[in-house]
Amino acid sequence: MDALLAQVFTGISAGAVLLLIALGLTLTFGQMGVINMAHGEFIMAGAYTAYVVSTIVASTELSLLIALPAGFVIGGLLGLALEASVLRWMYARPLDTLLVTYGVGLVLQQVARDIFGAPAKEVPAPGWLDGSIPILGYDFPLTRLFIIVLAGLCVAALLAVLRFTALGREIRATVGNRDLAETIGISTRRTDQATFFIGSGLAGVAGVALTLLGSTGPNLGTSYIVQAFLVVVVGGIGHLKGTIVAALGIGLLQAFLAHALTGSVAQVIVFLAIVAFLQLRPQGILSVRTRSLA
Amino acid sequence: MRTKFSSRILAASSVLALGLTATACGGAKTGDTATSESCVDTSGDTIKIGFLNSLSGTMAISETTVFKSLSMAAKEINADGGVLGKKLEIVSEDGQSEPTVFAEKATKLIQDDCVAAVFGGWTSSSRKAMLPVFEGNDALLFYPVQYEGLESSHNIFYTGATTNQQIIPALDFLKQEKKIKSIFLVGSDYVFPRTANKIIKQYAAANGIKVLGEEYQPLGSTDFGTVVDKVKAAGADAVFNTLNGDSNVAFFKEYKGKGLTASAMPVLSVSIAEEEVPGVGVGNLEGQYTAWNYYQTIDSPTNQKFVTDFKAANGAKAVTSDPMEAAYTSLYLWKGMVEKADSFDVEDVIDASDGVSYDAPEGTVEVDGENHHIAKTALIGQVNSEGLIDTVWSSDKPIEPDPYLKSYDWWKN
Repeated sequence: MDALLAQVFTGISAGAVLLLIALGLTLTFGQMGVINMAHGEFIMAGAYTAYVVSTIVASTELSLLIALPAGFVIGGLLGLALEASVLRWMYARPLDTLLVTYGVGLVLQQVARDIFGAPAKEVPAPGWLDGSIPILGYDFPLTRLFIIVLAGLCVAALLAVLRFTALGREIRATVGNRDLAETIGISTRRTDQATFFIGSGLAGVAGVALTLLGSTGPNLGTSYIVQAFLVVVVGGIGHLKGTIVAALGIGLLQAFLAHALTGSVAQVIVFLAIVAFLQLRPQGILSVRTRSLA
Repeated sequence: MRTKFSSRILAASSVLALGLTATACGGAKTGDTATSESCVDTSGDTIKIGFLNSLSGTMAISETTVFKSLSMAAKEINADGGVLGKKLEIVSEDGQSEPTVFAEKATKLIQDDCVAAVFGGWTSSSRKAMLPVFEGNDALLFYPVQYEGLESSHNIFYTGATTNQQIIPALDFLKQEKKIKSIFLVGSDYVFPRTANKIIKQYAAANGIKVLGEEYQPLGSTDFGTVVDKVKAAGADAVFNTLNGDSNVAFFKEYKGKGLTASAMPVLSVSIAEEEVPGVGVGNLEGQYTAWNYYQTIDSPTNQKFVTDFKAANGAKAVTSDPMEAAYTSLYLWKGMVEKADSFDVEDVIDASDGVSYDAPEGTVEVDGENHHIAKTALIGQVNSEGLIDTVWSSDKPIEPDPYLKSYDWWKN
């Protein structure tokens, strides 16, 4: 029972990490159809933002809370710059976008290496996230709990923006039918920019959160980018709820398999399960009904 | 359209992923055996030697430091009059973190630059790729990193520890000092941890220590939730850690986060040196153990000079670590062999190698002419609050190298 509970918790927290890294991608890849391989480097930029903030702000207690919005802005600005300089010319050519953004990702990695050096940096965690609290007899690390809460807040905020704000309505209208949205006076150009800003900003937030779990180095993004795409594809492209279900599902599956077998074998089986699942349901867990791309 | 789109993405990203793996495990290139006649020029007042380290790619972070300590040794030797009256002329090549590039550059150094000896290599795959090149050309390689043992080449000198100078002493320490009755093994999934754990399991069986678990994570993995759950549930007396690189960061953060401490369940690591401590975070590592043959804190005049000189050349924040020291030592050992042989000829140097010793920063080391490893003192260290490592246990005298573990009757390969 204890072991079962431990794996449920571990799975949920792994799922929350997947959700955080994939959330921005559901917007840029899912809603806009842009294959942004540099998304991983936006995550890295967020992590380095946390590092820079921790060196500027003397109080480690506060630096994380300052780094979260800062990471959002830095990630978002990088996204805007990429969109304005490269991507806007390539919306009709998704495979070219893949290669170009992959290249941009490599450039960003090298820039990080030149600025911060190749060795990983340590971002100190705030004291209030030290240690663990017992939940049903299981010691739950506070950092993991924080990431679960943060993932939940990000999802809620994103849902609220999409549902209740004018911008959200415009984004949904543009995704639903770009031509029709334009005819009713929505500036789809401006909407694209806003969407890309939010999506890339969420990558930055994920990067800040990841400093609590792992190291901050130039290659940080590469270890997460494939997983992020997998979550979005399994969840059903462009579907936020699908992404949530997929992230938690993959997290739990990985945790239980790793417990029963070993980490390496678990990873292989998870990949095989995803391939098999996509054979049966190529559209993912949920699919969006849309007229524009049908 | 949607579905085609998603399968295309998967196809494209798997092609990318495959491409990356393919370049990562490029095979070894066999050396060109045609020109075994040496072209080393010993007529002038300089002698060429080659440094072959990864100055770019993922290994650059570690190998650049080795390059720096080799360069420092060369400068010192030149300031002191050189080797057999000849100044060293360094030819440096970048191995680019690719085993195939190591093999190509080694061939170039031997055949085009005609160097008398080559110093470098880090990963076992780079060494394995270079081995046929050095054997085929009858040239000399000095390899400075601790490794998984079970190898001994006529043309390679191994100045890092083999398993009986690092892993077995670490187990002796845990058994004798920590009185452990059970152990948990955590490692990255590649050749070194798997070989090390094979040795550990046989040692444990022969010494009445229970192995409560053995976990491998893919190289570079940062998800240690499940692994640490298993470690905690098993409740072993100690953890033996052969994880590599960034995985250590994630592992120790998770370990501390789940309330495990160095006093209750110590972790002994064999891949964390002074260089790696800041990246993992001193707070996450303080009190944990490491196994090496050298620490920056060694209190001897030779080491103090080594540390002071290295900081003078590379900045006050620079730290010294085991592989750097082993590389520095390797150049002096080659000098000793050449002077004993009174010749730069490869066979003469190899013949003269047995018994050559050097008063290194780690203590006195001595070359074993038969297996080409060196006798080294094993040191168990504990990470202190400044991020340096203090020696807490020592084998007291240099341990004779035994790469095939022939002198251990419990070992069955």
